[in-house]
Amino acid sequence: MTTSTLAGQKRRPYSRILIYSVLVIVAVAFLLPVYMVLVTSFKTPDQVDISTMWVPSIAPSLASFNDAMQELAPNFGNSVLLVVPATAISAILGSLNGYVLSKWQFRGANILFALMLFGMFIPYQAILIPLVQFLRSIGLYGNLGGLILVHVVYGLPITTLIFRNYYAEVPTELLEAGQIDGAGFFGIYWHVLLPISIPGFVVVVIWQFTQIWNEFLFGVTIAGNNSQPITVALQNLAGSQIVEWNVQMAAAFLTALPTLLVYLLLGKFFIRGLLAGSIKG
Amino acid sequence: MASISFKHVWKRYAGNTVAVKDLNIEVADKEFLVLVGPSGCGKSTTLRMLAGLEEISDGEIWIGDRVVNNVAPKDRDIAMVFQSYALYPHMTVFDNMAFGLRLRKTPKQVIEQRVREAAENLGISHLLDRRPRQLSGGQRQRVAVGRAIVRDPAVFLMDEPLSNLDAKLRVEARSFISKLHQRLGTTFVYVTHDQVEAMTMGTRIAVMSAGELQQIDTPFNLYHNPRNLFVAGFIGSPSMNFFDAKVVQQDGGRISLEIVGHMLPIPAAIAEPFKSHIGKRVTFGIRPEDIHDQSYLPGGITPSMIEANVDVVEQMGNEMILYLEENGKTFVARTDPRTSAAIGHRLGLAFNMDNIHVFDVDTELSLAYEYKQNKAQKAVTA
Repeated sequence: MTTSTLAGQKRRPYSRILIYSVLVIVAVAFLLPVYMVLVTSFKTPDQVDISTMWVPSIAPSLASFNDAMQELAPNFGNSVLLVVPATAISAILGSLNGYVLSKWQFRGANILFALMLFGMFIPYQAILIPLVQFLRSIGLYGNLGGLILVHVVYGLPITTLIFRNYYAEVPTELLEAGQIDGAGFFGIYWHVLLPISIPGFVVVVIWQFTQIWNEFLFGVTIAGNNSQPITVALQNLAGSQIVEWNVQMAAAFLTALPTLLVYLLLGKFFIRGLLAGSIKG
Repeated sequence: MASISFKHVWKRYAGNTVAVKDLNIEVADKEFLVLVGPSGCGKSTTLRMLAGLEEISDGEIWIGDRVVNNVAPKDRDIAMVFQSYALYPHMTVFDNMAFGLRLRKTPKQVIEQRVREAAENLGISHLLDRRPRQLSGGQRQRVAVGRAIVRDPAVFLMDEPLSNLDAKLRVEARSFISKLHQRLGTTFVYVTHDQVEAMTMGTRIAVMSAGELQQIDTPFNLYHNPRNLFVAGFIGSPSMNFFDAKVVQQDGGRISLEIVGHMLPIPAAIAEPFKSHIGKRVTFGIRPEDIHDQSYLPGGITPSMIEANVDVVEQMGNEMILYLEENGKTFVARTDPRTSAAIGHRLGLAFNMDNIHVFDVDTELSLAYEYKQNKAQKAVTA
């Protein structure tokens, strides 16, 4: 180690300790409810008691997971049928929007982009009634199609923003080389831009998947009885007179699992994707 | 194979910024034309209009026997080498070179053959399976050239292709591109801000400044007969010295230039074009190599003596660069390396009056431009 770094580190230990203490406290605060969910979900109904709520079960049981799965299965399927197409469509459209807004600048492009971003800040509640009326009039109310459409539209601002900023870092000369090589608008997108867009897609997919999977309000208002997503079903579990805490907790854990898995699988790329714009080369 | 012509071409951007002003250039088939000028002079815009990457605001661009104003880049029969090389990062070298041919639905065997042949010629055969990020700067540059070659275009466009290379590679790449031009026998249009590249590679050079063509000519003529003050100062390194001067007619009719308190007689043989400016202020230009130490005069020149103070001495071995000062005016000389000048000395100098340049103060045009041009033409025909 050189003397300069030694001198530079002189003040560090204290600030390090402070930073790590804060991080540990915050991490514990976040993990406590998760711990509670997991511990309770492995209990049988008679083991659930407020006095022993922090104590893990001596004889862990998977029965509550079994119950929760039976309750949630159809809605889990609905959520998959909702999230996969909605994420895919909003990612592809966002990528095309970003391509046009960053590389085929037309008159008024920046104003259009600002208006699109504005959409991100409109609260769901504010447009709920006209939205339901509109969906009813086009026959998409009460089914997954309507829900997919709503999530695609609400996702476009953020996906467009991410891709526009990602593509802004791609040298324009690369696209011009494609143009001279003989590729047109879609040819350049398909052959040149799309293959180098993977980090952008990872960010967008994680984001959209999590948003749409966790969303509740549209799910409860727009979907029909047979097309309710998993978040609505989870809420309905608690609706009866007796709350089966162990089943409720197991269901909550199962509901949260897919987003956790997506993040764990794509997380490596997520960090890289976020940094891709900031590091040149 | 194609000739190119720019006919009254303009480029205006929104907000009335003019990037290229009434440009007229004729490029002959198989010529190597270099567009050179300082940054922002419009040379890149000119090339990009030729490539079809930039719209033409006014005028016509011809490639061969057709106007290409409304022809898409891919249909102009051109290939381009970009400053950043713009290689497709996700494709191998082979795929990079084959991409244009594939889009044109060229048969597979033909692609294979052309890419391998081009790679062979460029010495990159062993790199065909690599990706751009695995290549050095010089190799990337060759791949970029290779991508252009395989298309066998009528016109080659190059936008500062050497500016990302280090000094040594740049010298190699210069001769490599010159040889390529000789071998392919294709029209080249090459943009650079580096006048050494321009001088060494171009069969003709178009000097641009502030969106306007200043002069287009062979390297030799640009150097020896610059049309105006800008070209005179831009071409040559160290650049030409300029002095405020006055044309005077001395007793006996001899025409002289008065600079920094000295009288320099102009040889009668070249005095003709300066007669119109007798009594007027002019800008006098002389290249550093036309200023000699008077103890080491080469033969066959018409010397005119002055003295100056030596500020800085740079001994190069083959020559000496002297930074001089006389009556508050500084200038540079390239003299014989044996010159025994030291800082603070007063040195006797000889200006070679055969190679002087005189410019009108207002128009900045060279007074002797047409005169020298006619003379050169007569020399050729004689």
